[in-house]
Amino acid sequence: MTATKDMASHFKPLEDTDFEVRSLDSVCLNESHLVHPWWYNFKYLITGIAFGIILVKSEVISWFRIQEMFRFQSFHMYGVIGSAVIVGMLSIFIIKKFNIKTIYGEPIDLSAKKFNKGNIYGGLIFGFGWALTGACPGPLFAQIGTGALVVSVSLLSAIAGTWMYGYLRDKLPH
Amino acid sequence: MEILTKPWPWYVAGPIIGLMVPLLLIIGNKAFGISSSLRHICAACIPANISFFTYDWKKEAWNLFLVGGILIGGIISAYYLGSTEPVVVNENLRAELQTYGVTDISSLMPVELFNFNSLLTLRGFILIVVGGFFVGFGTRYAGGCTSGHAIMGISNLQVPSIIATCSFMIGGIVMANFILPYILSL
Repeated sequence: MTATKDMASHFKPLEDTDFEVRSLDSVCLNESHLVHPWWYNFKYLITGIAFGIILVKSEVISWFRIQEMFRFQSFHMYGVIGSAVIVGMLSIFIIKKFNIKTIYGEPIDLSAKKFNKGNIYGGLIFGFGWALTGACPGPLFAQIGTGALVVSVSLLSAIAGTWMYGYLRDKLPH
Repeated sequence: MEILTKPWPWYVAGPIIGLMVPLLLIIGNKAFGISSSLRHICAACIPANISFFTYDWKKEAWNLFLVGGILIGGIISAYYLGSTEPVVVNENLRAELQTYGVTDISSLMPVELFNFNSLLTLRGFILIVVGGFFVGFGTRYAGGCTSGHAIMGISNLQVPSIIATCSFMIGGIVMANFILPYILSL
């Protein structure tokens, strides 16, 4: 049933504001029409474990590294993010060029993001938070894993912040 | 083994992080992004009839598995790949932090700032609680975080992601250089 519904919302994006917000989040868009058993999700758990190890071992989760980045005292973080973007860009170029499919043979969907003022206002607010906590959302989880248990308070607060955004969304400029 | 326990250089870590983008696309048509997990947690636990949270979060469960993995990855690296040496911190930063009484660089987080007792101080409350709130509120308002915008979005040549990433950097630079010194002096 969702397949037809999705198609309809693609053609009428202006009426379905939720679609707009979702497209900004790139969430619920790359939805596969294949139905997998829940344990297929373990491949994402393994991906996450690899990602978590890299975040810790490259010290991306370090409050000190984040301060050095924002104070231009070290190249490290710029090197990490810059080389990640270059590799990501090349990968997407190759995927598009050779029309590479998923392991299930589906075409890969790459959704376009639409600009709104939240990209700026929200971005600035997140920048403040990143400099204070020394963590973006991924590192919050990794920091807790390394034993910095107080960061679980930051995580709960981040969840509260996300909830507050959802609550105030209609009143905020977009 | 020593190569693994020492901090990994940027030219090893960065490209592997970049490979997360094609990996997630190829194994399941998923766009790399972490901050959405916070939204799914809201949708799962406290939707409160807010339209932003009333969607079928179970379809996005993969994202929760991903962040669960990040947490486990943190445990594995701390217990099996942990470095015993102090963190290398830029000399200027180290000297400045000393003036605020932050001298311990034995772990990746400054333990004098991030501990449960400091939650009861104004300084600790701002860093841990207010900072966390800004991360959650700001990423959702911006429509993504470092992974969704800076890495996935820019890799896909999305202009909104470039604008968002510049905003993250401006916000962080302003906070770290002009506001944080006052907070650390509290």
